Amino acid sequence: MNNLIVYCEIEDGIIADVSLELLTKGRTLANKLNCKLEALVIGHKLDDIEKQIFPYGADTIYLADDKRLYPYTSMPHTSVLVNLFKEIKPQICLMGATSIGRDLGPRVSSSLHSGLTADCTSLEIGSHEDKKERKNYENLLYQIRPAFGGNIVATIVNPECRPQMATVREGVMKKEIVSPSYKGEIIKLDISKYISDTDFVVEVIERQIEKSKVNIKGAPIIVAGGYGVGSKENFKLLYDLAATIGGEVGASRAAVDAGFAEHERQIGQTGVTVRPKLYIACGISGQIQHIAGMQDSSMIIAINNDPNAPINTIADYVITGTVEDILPKMIKYYKKNSK
Amino acid sequence: MSLKIIVLAKQVPDTRNVGKDAMKADGTVNRAALPAIFNPEDLNALEQALQLKDQHPGSTVSLLTMGPPRAAEILREGLFRGADGGVLLTDRAFAGADTLATSYALACAIRKMGEYDIIIGGRQAIDGDTAQVGPQVAEKLHIPQVTYAEKIIKIENGKATIKRRLERGIEIVEAKTPLVVTVNGSADECRPRNAKLVQKYKYAKTVSESQNQDNDYLGSILDSRPYLKLNEWSVVDVDADLQQVGLSGSPTKVKSIENVVFQAKESKRLTGTDVEIDDLMKELIANHTIG
Ligand SMILES: Cc1cc2nc3c(=O)[nH]c(=O)nc-3n(C[C@H](O)[C@H](O)[C@H](O)COP(=O)(O)OP(=O)(O)OC[C@H]3O[C@@H](n4cnc5c(N)ncnc54)[C@H](O)[C@@H]3O)c2cc1C
Ligand SMILES: Cc1cc2nc3c(=O)[nH]c(=O)nc-3n(C[C@H](O)[C@H](O)[C@H](O)COP(=O)(O)OP(=O)(O)OC[C@H]3O[C@@H](n4cnc5c(N)ncnc54)[C@H](O)[C@@H]3O)c2cc1C
Repeated sequence: MNNLIVYCEIEDGIIADVSLELLTKGRTLANKLNCKLEALVIGHKLDDIEKQIFPYGADTIYLADDKRLYPYTSMPHTSVLVNLFKEIKPQICLMGATSIGRDLGPRVSSSLHSGLTADCTSLEIGSHEDKKERKNYENLLYQIRPAFGGNIVATIVNPECRPQMATVREGVMKKEIVSPSYKGEIIKLDISKYISDTDFVVEVIERQIEKSKVNIKGAPIIVAGGYGVGSKENFKLLYDLAATIGGEVGASRAAVDAGFAEHERQIGQTGVTVRPKLYIACGISGQIQHIAGMQDSSMIIAINNDPNAPINTIADYVITGTVEDILPKMIKYYKKNSK
Repeated sequence: MSLKIIVLAKQVPDTRNVGKDAMKADGTVNRAALPAIFNPEDLNALEQALQLKDQHPGSTVSLLTMGPPRAAEILREGLFRGADGGVLLTDRAFAGADTLATSYALACAIRKMGEYDIIIGGRQAIDGDTAQVGPQVAEKLHIPQVTYAEKIIKIENGKATIKRRLERGIEIVEAKTPLVVTVNGSADECRPRNAKLVQKYKYAKTVSESQNQDNDYLGSILDSRPYLKLNEWSVVDVDADLQQVGLSGSPTKVKSIENVVFQAKESKRLTGTDVEIDDLMKELIANHTIG
């Protein structure tokens, strides 16, 4: 009772990275709270799915398996969570801030009247004093999130209502296996007790989901381009450099909006968060929402023709020059001097 | 078949153009320094509503906005672009609401507005950024929701066909009406203001706005043209439970707020000569950052 539960998303039988990242964070929080880490998977043909989850330290896995539960639709999944939570009363529930988690989380939170904090960038355990009510709370979940377009960071708590619910974007937390042989208990839910036929009022009639082709999250080196790169043509220089030194290409939102790069490559508050060994920012001004997604890179090189670009303040090397001029020089040197 | 359509629209500070004076010394947001705008994705929502109205002659589009008295601007802006009317939900008691208390208040107002076929909102507001209000309104009204919509393709025989744009693809769904739909920024842009409508509605006012006017001429216009009266409702008007609105109806509490400042680093400055770039690359290879 009163454990921490992670809603695990699946696509084609694979648990989403963001769910594994949340299990990893959840494990740390559960250790602090001295409670169990639980996982909930809802879908179809879930045999063996636990093999993907146990290594991340889950003590219990709830499985809700039914043909009608995949692909995801809002109301049946909501009913499973709401009815299960009434039974097991988790203290914390975490989900991905994905198009599924952001559809499901608010509906569940409304039904249970428990607070939900969106897009947290950090989760901690701490105490809270309500000065007006003169009440002290121990072991609350601090839900830390940016708001106002990234200009402020707010710490939010849910003192009274349970579960304390939060969503987190992909790539924000690290994913780490606890032990390949970690084992817990599997509990198969009797679906008829959780959902009713009236939940099936939305039908998916067509679905085209592509597998992620790029993996900027895991790349040790990222060459990222902004609006200053100028064109899709010029972005080829970035692909060239990335291929040469063994990196991936990322982009700012302005570059994505301009059609220079795919959305999957967007880095920042509304894209992915990355922390590579080396981040080369080309023609990126360094607005707060972009920096939020790359500030933890070990080394940052900024290439910008504006000596006062904001990105320069967080860069280790500031190269004042144009992308067209600098990148070919880097490529040339590396090709000549590496074996 | 004509439709009754409700559009949820929020007035937001323009966080996309945050200047230096936008933050107060104590780290809180100086809302006064930011222009108040129609939440961008709510304009996409309004456009979807107007397209449905084009397809179904005789349909009505009503706006619903909750906010301070000045949010009446949202209703006028909607009328200028083709909406038929609207409601401003305003009361001190609504202040400090989190998304749950917001959606409770909106749901109370929607019940008062009467029958509806579809409620359309934006996916997300640019200040709170949570994308939670749409699904929560749907749950409070016990109706289905379709989020991340890019196009409401059609509504026929009590079913809406909707194209959704997700992170890695698209989905087409069929959902029973009435329902709540939230619309992405990737959907069609909203049509501009219509000059005739601007002419028609420029004096549209809420009761409190017209009380603040001691202009006899305006007063007489408002009396003779009932369509210029914008609805303004309070907690009492929508039969809302005081315990469930505003701060007291909000399970989430803001514990603290900090201004974001990034730690400036001591950077090495290069002008990008051949020699400098060669040296930099050499160093990066030598310390195994690359290669
Ligand atoms: C720093 C900070 C952080 C916050 N974090 C959270 C949090 O994590 N969880 C939480 O529950 N609350 C949070 N809030 C409170 C939240 O911002 C407010 O409840 C807000 O009124 C609604 O949320 P939103 O702006 O995120 O709207 P969203 O849910 O993003 O809005 C989605 C759509 O709902 C409709 N809509 C929303 N508000 C209105 C309205 N007033 N009138 C008409 N239509 C509307 C619009 O169509 C809009 O496009 C936070 C507030 C602040 C200041
Ligand atoms: C709620 C919200 C969320 C957001 N989320 C994100 C996000 O996740 N990620 C993100 O990136 N942004 C995000 N943004 C947008 C962000 O505010 C900026 O608009 C964006 O990051 C700017 O991109 P940019 O630096 O590429 O473009 P610009 O700001 O236009 O900068 C271009 C830069 O290129 C330089 N330049 C021009 N020509 C050259 C040349 N030939 N060689 C070298 N340099 C040159 C210029 O000096 C300038 O510094 C968000 C905004 C909001 C409001």
